[in-house]
Amino acid sequence: MQRTNQKGARTAFLCAAALLLIVLLIENLSVFLPAASVPKIFQSTSMLFTVLKKGVVYSLVAVSMNLLNGFAGLFSLGQAGFMLLGAYTYAILTIPVASRDTVYYIYNGSAINFSLPEIFGGGPVGLVLGVLLALILAGCVAALVAWLIGLPVLRLKGDYLAIATLGFGEIIRAVLQWDKLGPVTNGANALKSFPTFSSFNVQNDAGQVSLRLSCFVPFLLSGVCIAIIVMLINSTYGRAFKAIRDDEVAAEAMGINLARHKRMAFCISSFFAGFGGGMFAMYANQAQARTFTTAMTYEILLIVVIGGIGSVSGSCIASFLYVAASEWWLRFLDTETVLKSGFKVPLLRNGFRMVVFSVVIMIVVLFFRKGLMGDKELPDLFRRRRKEGTAK
Amino acid sequence: MQYALSILLSGISLGGQYALIAIGYTMVYGILRLINFAHGDVFMAAGLMMVYLTSFLGGLLPAGLVIPAGLLLSVALTVILGFVIERAAYKPLRSAPRMSVMISAIGVSYLLQNLATYVTGGLPQMYPEIPGLSKTVTIAGVSTKWVTIITPFLVVALVIALTQLINHTKIGMAMRAAAKDFETAQLMGVKLNAVISVTFVIGSFLAAVGSALYFTNYQSIVPLSGALPGLRAFVAAVFGGIGSIPGAVVGAFLIGISESIIKGSSWSVFSDAFTFALLIIILVVKPTGLFGEKVTDKV
Amino acid sequence: MSENVLKVENVTMQFGGVVAVDNLNLEVNKGEIVALIGPNGAGKTTAFNVITGVYQPTNGAVWFQGEKIVENHPQGKMKAMYKGEHAGEYSQVIAPTPDKVTRLGMARTFQNIRLWKSQTVFENVLIAKHCRTASNVFSATFRLNHKEEAAQRANVEELLETVGLSDVRDELATSLPYGKQRRLEIARALAAEPKLLLLDEPAAGMNPQETDELTAFIGEIRKRFGLTIFLIEHHMNLVMDISERIYVLDFGKLIAQGTPAEIQNNKRVIDAYLGVSEDA
Repeated sequence: MQRTNQKGARTAFLCAAALLLIVLLIENLSVFLPAASVPKIFQSTSMLFTVLKKGVVYSLVAVSMNLLNGFAGLFSLGQAGFMLLGAYTYAILTIPVASRDTVYYIYNGSAINFSLPEIFGGGPVGLVLGVLLALILAGCVAALVAWLIGLPVLRLKGDYLAIATLGFGEIIRAVLQWDKLGPVTNGANALKSFPTFSSFNVQNDAGQVSLRLSCFVPFLLSGVCIAIIVMLINSTYGRAFKAIRDDEVAAEAMGINLARHKRMAFCISSFFAGFGGGMFAMYANQAQARTFTTAMTYEILLIVVIGGIGSVSGSCIASFLYVAASEWWLRFLDTETVLKSGFKVPLLRNGFRMVVFSVVIMIVVLFFRKGLMGDKELPDLFRRRRKEGTAK
Repeated sequence: MQYALSILLSGISLGGQYALIAIGYTMVYGILRLINFAHGDVFMAAGLMMVYLTSFLGGLLPAGLVIPAGLLLSVALTVILGFVIERAAYKPLRSAPRMSVMISAIGVSYLLQNLATYVTGGLPQMYPEIPGLSKTVTIAGVSTKWVTIITPFLVVALVIALTQLINHTKIGMAMRAAAKDFETAQLMGVKLNAVISVTFVIGSFLAAVGSALYFTNYQSIVPLSGALPGLRAFVAAVFGGIGSIPGAVVGAFLIGISESIIKGSSWSVFSDAFTFALLIIILVVKPTGLFGEKVTDKV
Repeated sequence: MSENVLKVENVTMQFGGVVAVDNLNLEVNKGEIVALIGPNGAGKTTAFNVITGVYQPTNGAVWFQGEKIVENHPQGKMKAMYKGEHAGEYSQVIAPTPDKVTRLGMARTFQNIRLWKSQTVFENVLIAKHCRTASNVFSATFRLNHKEEAAQRANVEELLETVGLSDVRDELATSLPYGKQRRLEIARALAAEPKLLLLDEPAAGMNPQETDELTAFIGEIRKRFGLTIFLIEHHMNLVMDISERIYVLDFGKLIAQGTPAEIQNNKRVIDAYLGVSEDA
């Protein structure tokens, strides 16, 4: 058992490294090869990269939600609220001092006049350290708030917990848009000008990009976070979470402190939601409370359901599928199309994409209740196949 | 004084409108133990149907009949919508874990909102003026619409009718039995599917009436119009003790009045935050609400 | 006196107006197997739930290994409604949660089997080891506790070997036949390293042959793990075979106690069982 575990971990690590390398390669095709020879899909403006970036951010958030809903059995709908906290913490800590007056022009400048990347001396080193620290702090703020919220809320069960966390998400959003906090949060206005994924692209002296890292960086960050979550799930604490999910009474009778473990799961999940929120701000180039609505929580919940509640790899795959479908593959549904024969395709116009999309989601929810992966992981699928192979 | 009266009046009328939505939540929860997240969107859809029906009927009927016919048809269509949603999205999941049904409800809500965006093109729609309701009236120096005055009376009348239905008819008895114990009721020959359908029909009917009252006050309808009133009505249902109809009504009036007070103060940004804070406080301090019954887990 | 492992002292459990357990006093000494019997609804499982911290008694105290672990007195509304005895004698409130009681060294099984459904046999037992884990969440996540983890896994393997479940270790707990699920529940309780094992109707739903096997099994694990065992049971064969002392509960009240032979001839006990001995 122990040995197969180690072997599995090594394989997983190698696969992740290979994936990172592939991402790095395809995003740099257009840098290294002459523009004409690169297929359109790999050019830097391609939708592919937007999807990859958003998909990988959503993967992390979906996995963090799955940790709570799928593994600890706590049905929480506060994810967007914690992402919001993360996004704002990240943005507030990293907006360059020089840009603060323009960003906060309504409030005549910001109340916070430092920027983490600059504290670390600016330049590439400052950027890496500053962004990393800001993201970790973003997670910490979310986790701290989760701890406070958890004190009253985690005593609730099932749908009551869901609705209470949903409420807290809304409260967080209202507080962050409060005018009196304007000098810190910029009120209801967007925070921008902070370092984004593109800030990590390496430029040569002429100002041209010599090495693209804008996809590699989010993949690396999300990858590390998801790896940590997976390790947690496979640890003795992860097993305790699953026990609570399966049968709370039995878990408590076997010496598992319910309050402590639920709080732990809630805070850890929120930490990664906050971290993911910071990354979402980096992806979107701005942070605004208005975007982090309940609808966003539902979106992430649906990703988790499509991927399979209780499957980390399912959540990741579903994130990419969801983002790709909604942002890219189904785009054509939104534009009015007239075929060559002069036939105007009916129904196609703005908004139809989301209708089709929600119908697809309903079909998954109703008829493929286990989602893509059920509660299995990718390696499980291979393992079974191998077993069948040897049996023959 | 006048200011206080106007706030109280709008609070009561808002509360009445929430009450009509809250009853739908509380009845469904009482029987299925499901937070019907799509209920607020059914409420929104009822408003939109009214908009489109009146513009469609405008060309067919004499001017005086358009509004009444539109109202009747929109209520009927909303009832059908509620029925179809239950049959299509909740019935197949009857034996599934409660979480699956709740996710399905969220999916339906998402679908209705996206459908509304598609149909309206994302533009706010103006709710037609209902003669009689939209007219202004002055009471003690406060000018307000008739709908404000009518709402509480209409709500009380509907609630009395509903309690009569539940307490004195056969289907009402079946509903009470199903709410008490789902499985035993089924064993005793209660046709559960029929009971559940009736519950959704009543809930949607009340939501449709509520939407006519609500949108006469707040005329513009957007796809998200149902989300917040829905959530507030749900909070009201929890406040009153989920599963209890009088509880939902009392809760809704309290929520409506406090919302209207906060909206009139300098804390108006926090009106929703307040509603949710109230929800969390109730859930933590007295999860059974004002009139709810206590349920204990058995080991 | 000091050798008793468990002492239930004047415990009354009242739900509203119903007195489920009425002034219960009992002791379980180190190394003993003691049974609690009584007709259905006598309050046996309620007594178990009070001992393990699931319910807080209305009045009375529970001692475990010389330490008072539970104490309560009628409060609030219950003050006026209280029908039991010894009302003024307790003033403290000690209400541990079940997990704390388990960590003190008392593990239980359930009347209606409560295994973790999605977990394998091995994992079910391994999870019960969690309460004996010293590492924190950080060191556990980053595998800084691999020695402890390896030791726990080895320990669980050994335990499964002892109870005869190693051949099904990777199967889902719920896919086991009924008798083995019961056995697994006991194994899971043992993994929590208890001094006192509480078994709630371990032979419920078993046929005579399975019951005999279980009787032998309980004797075996007591010897091997140096356990004290307190059990609720309806199968009189099992009770008479293995228990050293028996307490009889009827309508929440203790009506008899003594050795199996004494209980078998006790008129009140026979009456309580409607004059029919359940020897069949």
